[in-house]
Amino acid sequence: MNKEKKSLLANDAVQTLLASLLCIVVGLVIGYLVLLVINPSGAGAAITAIMKNFMTYPTQAVANQYFGSTLVKAAPLLMCSLSVLFAYKVGLFNIGASGQYTVGAGASLYLALAFHMPWYVCLPAAMICGGCLGAVAGALKAYLNVNEVIACIMLNWISLYSVNMLLNKVKESSTTYTIALSGSYKSALLPSLGLGALFSNNKYVTIAIPLAILLAVGVWVLLDKTRFGYELRATGLNKNAAKYAGMMEKRNTIITMFISGCLSGLGAAFYYLSGIEQWSCAQTSVPGMGFNGIAAAFLGGLNPVGSIFASYFIQHITSGGSYVDKTMYCSQISDLISAIIIYLCAFVLFFKICMNNSLRKRAEKKGGKAS
Amino acid sequence: MILLIQYTLIYASVLILVALGGCYSEHSGVINLGLEGTMVMGALGGALMMKYNPTAPAAMMILLVILGAAVVGVLYSLLLAVAAINLKADQTLVGTALNMLGTAAATVIVKAINTAEDPNNVSSTIQYISQKKAFIVKLGKFEFNWFMLITAVLLVCAWVLLYRTRFGLRLMACGEHPQAADSVGISVYKMRYAGVMISGFLGGLGGIVYITAGVSEWKFENGVAGFGFLALAVMIFGQWKPTRIALSALLFGLFRALSNVYSGFALLVALHLPSTLYNMLPYIISLVVLAFTSSKSRAPKAEGIPYDKGQR
Repeated sequence: MNKEKKSLLANDAVQTLLASLLCIVVGLVIGYLVLLVINPSGAGAAITAIMKNFMTYPTQAVANQYFGSTLVKAAPLLMCSLSVLFAYKVGLFNIGASGQYTVGAGASLYLALAFHMPWYVCLPAAMICGGCLGAVAGALKAYLNVNEVIACIMLNWISLYSVNMLLNKVKESSTTYTIALSGSYKSALLPSLGLGALFSNNKYVTIAIPLAILLAVGVWVLLDKTRFGYELRATGLNKNAAKYAGMMEKRNTIITMFISGCLSGLGAAFYYLSGIEQWSCAQTSVPGMGFNGIAAAFLGGLNPVGSIFASYFIQHITSGGSYVDKTMYCSQISDLISAIIIYLCAFVLFFKICMNNSLRKRAEKKGGKAS
Repeated sequence: MILLIQYTLIYASVLILVALGGCYSEHSGVINLGLEGTMVMGALGGALMMKYNPTAPAAMMILLVILGAAVVGVLYSLLLAVAAINLKADQTLVGTALNMLGTAAATVIVKAINTAEDPNNVSSTIQYISQKKAFIVKLGKFEFNWFMLITAVLLVCAWVLLYRTRFGLRLMACGEHPQAADSVGISVYKMRYAGVMISGFLGGLGGIVYITAGVSEWKFENGVAGFGFLALAVMIFGQWKPTRIALSALLFGLFRALSNVYSGFALLVALHLPSTLYNMLPYIISLVVLAFTSSKSRAPKAEGIPYDKGQR
C-alpha cells in the first residue's frame, strides 16, 4: 500500500476531528431549535450568549478575567475527561469519575479545614483517595465480575453522602457551604506563581491549569509510549489474549481504575483548592463534573491532547449558559447541548465507517476506469 | 409498621417495573443503561398529564398518567434503539448520554413551562397534590396504590410473555445467539426494537410511580437519584428472571423504605445512626449483593454486541 496516495480524508485523526466538529455543530443547532421552541424572540441572542461566554463583556480586562475563570473550571474537567479516557482505553467505562471527584473534594477540603494542612498535602491526599475509590470498583470488576458501570454509580452515591456527612463538620455555621479557604486557611490555596496577573489579576488562576495540561501530555506518553501503557491497552483490546501473553489482566484492571481515580480526585483538588467555590453540604446530586468529563473525553476523540480542547469547549458553553436571558431560558440549556453532543459522539464510529466506505467506493471507481 | 410495608411495596413496584424493562431489553440483546433517563422522561410525561388535567376523574386520571408516562418512555427509548441497533453505537456510551439528556431535557422543559406561566418562577418543580389522590385507596391505615396492582399484573404478563409465548422465546433467542435466530427467519432488528421499546414503556411507567411514591411535588433537576441503576442491580441479582427480580425488588424496596420511615421504629432510633446512613443503605446493599452474585452471572450471551449480519 502506498501511503502517499491515501487522501487526507482517509487519515484517522482528520476523520476524528471532522466527526467531533460535526457533533458540535449538530449539538448547537439542536440547542438553538430547543431555544426557538421555548421562546422564538430571544433564541438568537441566547445561543450567541452561550457561544460567546466571557466575550460578552465589552472591556478587554473584564473579559480576560472571566476567561481565567473559565480556564480554572476547565482544568478539573480536563482531569475528569482524562480519567474517563484512561479507563476507556483499557476497556473500562469509568462513570465513577464523579464519585472519585467527590471523594477528592472531601479529602482535600477536610484536611485543609480541619487540620490546617497546606496544599502540597491536600493535593496528593485527594489523589490517593480518588484512586482508592477507583481501585475498589476495579477490584470488584477484576475478582467478582461486577459490572463496573453499576458498581461506579453505587459508589458515586455512597461517596456523595459520606462526603456531605464529613464536610458537615467543617461548614460555616450559617450556611450549608464549607468554610472559605481564603480566610485563615490560605496555606491550602494552590500557589498562583504570578499566573493570575495574566488574567487581569484573577486570583483563582493557579498552577492547576498548567499542571492539568502537563498531566494530559503525561497520560498520552504513558499510554502510547511506554511498555506499561501498551500492556494496559492490550488488556483493554482482548483480556484473554493479554492473559495468554503473560500480562496480569486482573492487576492491570485494578491499576487502571486506580490511576483513573487519581486523575479525577486530583481534578477536584484543582478546583476546590483554587478557592473559586465552596462545597455545599446540602448537595443532593453527584457533581456533574465527572459526567461532563465523559462528554469531553469522547468529543476529544479519545485522545489526551484532543481532550484539552474538548474540555475547554464544554466548559466554555457551560459557563456561557449563565449568560442567557434568565427571564426566558434557564442555564441548563448548555447541559442539554453537552448531553446531545455525547449522544452524537456515539455515532462517530458509524460516521467513520460511512466515510471509509464512500472513499473506498470512489477509489474502486477510479481503479475500474484506469484498468 | 404498616407505613413500612406500604413504602416497601411501592418502592418495590418501581424497581420491579424498571428492572423488568431492563430484563426485556437485555434479553433481546441490548444493554439499556439509559433506564435512569427513561424514568425521568416518563415521570415528566406523567407529571405533565397531571398538571394539565387537574380535574379528571380518578379512573381517567390513572389512564391518562399511564398513557403520558408510557408514550414518552417509548419515544425516548427509540433514541437508544436507533443508535444501538441501526447505527451499532457503543451501548454504554449511548445509555450514559441518555441519562444526562433525560435530566437536562426534563429540567429545561419544566423550567420553560414554569417561567412561561410566571416569569419569577425559575424552579424546576411540578406539583400534583390533589391529582395524586386518584392513585390511592385508603384501606384503614394502609394506603393502597393502584400502581401496586398494575405492577403485579405486568409481572405476571412478563413471565407468561417471556416463557410461554412465541414472541418471548424468539426475543430471548436474539439475546443469546442472534445469528442462529436469524437463520431460522426471525428478524433480529425487529425483535431488538421490540425489546428496547417495551423497556422504554416499563421504564417510563416506573418513573411516574417513583415520583408519586412518597411526595406530592417533584424537582426535576434531581433526576431520579440513581434509581434506574438500582433497578439494574435488582435485575442482575434477579438473574434476568421475572420471579427472582420480584423477590430481590422487595428486598431492595425494604431498604429504600427504611430511609423514609426509620424514625418510626424505637429500636432504630435508639441506635442513633445518622439519617444519611439510611440514605446510603440501598446503594451499599446493592454493591454487596452484586459482589456476591455477579461471578456466576446468567446474563444473555449476546448482550451489548451490535448484531452484524455478516458475522459468523
